[in-house]
Amino acid sequence: MSLGLAFAAILMVAFAAAWAGFARGKRLRTAGRLHSLPVYHGAYAALWAAIPALLLIAAWAPIQSRLVDQSVLSSPEGRALPSFEMQRDSILSEAREIAFGQREQGFNPQSTTLAPRIKAEESRFALIGGVGAIALALLGAALALRRSAPQFRARAGVERWLMILLVAASLIAILTTLGILLSLMFESLRFFRLYPVQSFIFGLEWSPQTAIRADQAGSSGAFGAIPLMWGTFFVGAIIAMIVAVPLGLMSAIYLTQYAHPTVRAWLKPILEILAGVPTVVYGYFAALTVAPAVRDLGLSLGISSASSESALAAGLVMGIMIIPFISSMADDSIAAVPQAMRDGSLAMGATRSETIRRVLLPAALPGVIGGVLLAVSRAIGETMIVVMAAGLAANLTANPFASVTTVTVQIVQLLTGDQEFDSAKTLAAFALGLALFLITLLLNLIALHVVRRYREQYE
Amino acid sequence: MLKRVSRRYAAERRFRLLGLFAVGVSVLFLAFLLYSMAAKGLGGFVHYEAALPIDFARSDLMIDPASLRGPDAQQTVASADLETAISQAATATYGDRAAEMFGDGAVNALTKEILQRPQILSGRTTLWLPLGSKLDIAAKHRGDAHSEQLVEMLRTKHALRSSFNGGFLTASDSTDPSSVGVWGALKGSFLTILVTILLAFPVGVLAAVYLEEFAARNRWTDAIEVSINNLAAVPSIIFGLLGLAVFLNVMNLPRSAPLVGGMTLALMTMPVIVIAGRNAIKSVPPSIRDAALGVGASKMQVTFHHVLPLALPGILTGTIIGMARALGETAPLLMIGMRAFIATPPGGIADPATVLPVQIFLWSDEVDRGFVEKTSAAIIVLLLFMLLMNGLAIYLRNRFERRW
Repeated sequence: MSLGLAFAAILMVAFAAAWAGFARGKRLRTAGRLHSLPVYHGAYAALWAAIPALLLIAAWAPIQSRLVDQSVLSSPEGRALPSFEMQRDSILSEAREIAFGQREQGFNPQSTTLAPRIKAEESRFALIGGVGAIALALLGAALALRRSAPQFRARAGVERWLMILLVAASLIAILTTLGILLSLMFESLRFFRLYPVQSFIFGLEWSPQTAIRADQAGSSGAFGAIPLMWGTFFVGAIIAMIVAVPLGLMSAIYLTQYAHPTVRAWLKPILEILAGVPTVVYGYFAALTVAPAVRDLGLSLGISSASSESALAAGLVMGIMIIPFISSMADDSIAAVPQAMRDGSLAMGATRSETIRRVLLPAALPGVIGGVLLAVSRAIGETMIVVMAAGLAANLTANPFASVTTVTVQIVQLLTGDQEFDSAKTLAAFALGLALFLITLLLNLIALHVVRRYREQYE
Repeated sequence: MLKRVSRRYAAERRFRLLGLFAVGVSVLFLAFLLYSMAAKGLGGFVHYEAALPIDFARSDLMIDPASLRGPDAQQTVASADLETAISQAATATYGDRAAEMFGDGAVNALTKEILQRPQILSGRTTLWLPLGSKLDIAAKHRGDAHSEQLVEMLRTKHALRSSFNGGFLTASDSTDPSSVGVWGALKGSFLTILVTILLAFPVGVLAAVYLEEFAARNRWTDAIEVSINNLAAVPSIIFGLLGLAVFLNVMNLPRSAPLVGGMTLALMTMPVIVIAGRNAIKSVPPSIRDAALGVGASKMQVTFHHVLPLALPGILTGTIIGMARALGETAPLLMIGMRAFIATPPGGIADPATVLPVQIFLWSDEVDRGFVEKTSAAIIVLLLFMLLMNGLAIYLRNRFERRW
């Protein structure tokens, strides 16, 4: 029996309990005055049947895989395995794939002999867990049904369960945040045990390929993050913002201050389409159309180092992607400026552009800056455009026609393809992820703080 | 004085033009993007076919017509060496240089033809088969000299026609650009989004209800709010790292499966749904709550019988927009291994699969020139789905949302 089957069985028990509770409630209603509607008696029984049992299954699944591993290793076939951990793990995972029918035959003959054992243990423990969960469901249903009586407050019971569900749902957000932080920190700590922290943060060289032969060039296994940070900053915070801030700000000003309402009604959704286009599409466009054009431009300007994977191509396209974001943030902050200030300026005889430049923009500036910070945080976390258009070479250069690499590109690069989970290369990706997470978190916090304080000023 | 006024008016006009220019640049860029995708990609939905007379009786094909009626028909045809048969027929008709005229696409087409009409095996028939990738490019734009000549010869013999490439929508990934399709990736996307919506929607709505209707103002609630607002702005690739570390390495869930992809995307979309849900619930006027409380409903009943149904259109709009974003997401799915080459569509949520955006990314990396138009064609399919979902969201908003 698999856990999926147990899941279905629990749902069936819950339905049966709901029906039984409902029927019982209806019978009780003819007997006398009922505190709760029959529906609540049914729901009460169903919730008691389903929730504890489902929790048990959810908790059992990870325990089960560990128990299976343990008993497989202690079986005669398992003890015959090599004691070297990495070799053993690869045989085990191969055997697991054979046992679940994902592959026909393993490279290692031992995995084929191990597969039936894994399958047997897997079904044994699944049976234990499944039967236990179903028994719990039946028990919960029986207890709940026994309690239903005319004066029983089934509705209060149901509402208590609902309240628990509501709190649990909102705790998932905290759990996710904690999960991100803990998993990134845990793996990063393992990385920093292999590689010193200060050389990661201040190192000027990034070449994660560890050398196989001593005389191999360009593969020193250096994990200095400065070139990546600079590349990320250069593409996301400089080039993209040079494109996005003026265009986004002017678009917002034009759409809110000048455009006719019908024109605005058409243009605003069109701008928003730009934000809805999947980033992989932008990446493809940047790599296929923009990058060659940028390289030709660079060559015609006499820059011989112009690369077909340039910072400029990625930054330009990223800037375009960010325009609607900046535009809507600027829109909000301009709209929040009190009408009286605008009217006062116009009444003094200022033209509209003078009002905008001298009164509205200075007043809206904190909000605009907050919006730009949020946009920067989004741009440096953006992955697909830079993966497809910005290149892999970790250059510490300010030449926009040269190829730079970013944190996100390297994370993708380190974690795709063949990998073992313990190597410094793989763990380095988590350290980069932690750095990225902390930087974007900081930017977001500052931005939200700026925006909020500024909003309060006018409210 | 007049001079100064006219100067100021000129500045006003310049400023206004600058604004128009900014909007124009964005709109033009969008138009250019869409145009370039359409120009490159529409060709992917069309392929060229050439007439090929095949004499099955004289070819080396060993297919027993009797076994074609049995249940193993598919396997029988698959094990026959159709590729050689096609190549032989091509050289017989068009000369030696036509040996590699056809690719995997032609083999698939021939397989289908034989399964549908087994009687053709007994004699000589002329079939229209899709050209291989090289010649297809040569027929559409320009290829190498050799292919160009062949195409020219086919044209003069009236043995060339173009038709709708139905295989692109029904086939899966392949190494040969002439026989690739998006169906496998689309199915993977559907399964992933299904998992995402099943997880993110209930959790998101319940969290929004709690925060808006029940939560007391205390430190816990603040922590929840801060983390939801932050999660909405965390780069998507970080969620991929979370999925890799927790779902794959700790919980041992299957790699490359829509289940894990959906769970990862659900964590990513949930904050979006919570924020949209809170705004929708906030906009339900308090008088509704007061009226329901006044006739004796409990707080739970007020929320679930009155407030939530009224807020639902707004919540659904936000959910669909979040789902559209999840549908176009690539980076987190790369992290959890959904970038493998998968030639069969997934059968369930635990099978290895890929999704449409990742498929686009994979094809964009291919060297073969035939993949360029296939990539753009896949992008058109993806954009159509995005348009459909966003259109649905706008329709819902206009049709059901009430202003109080």
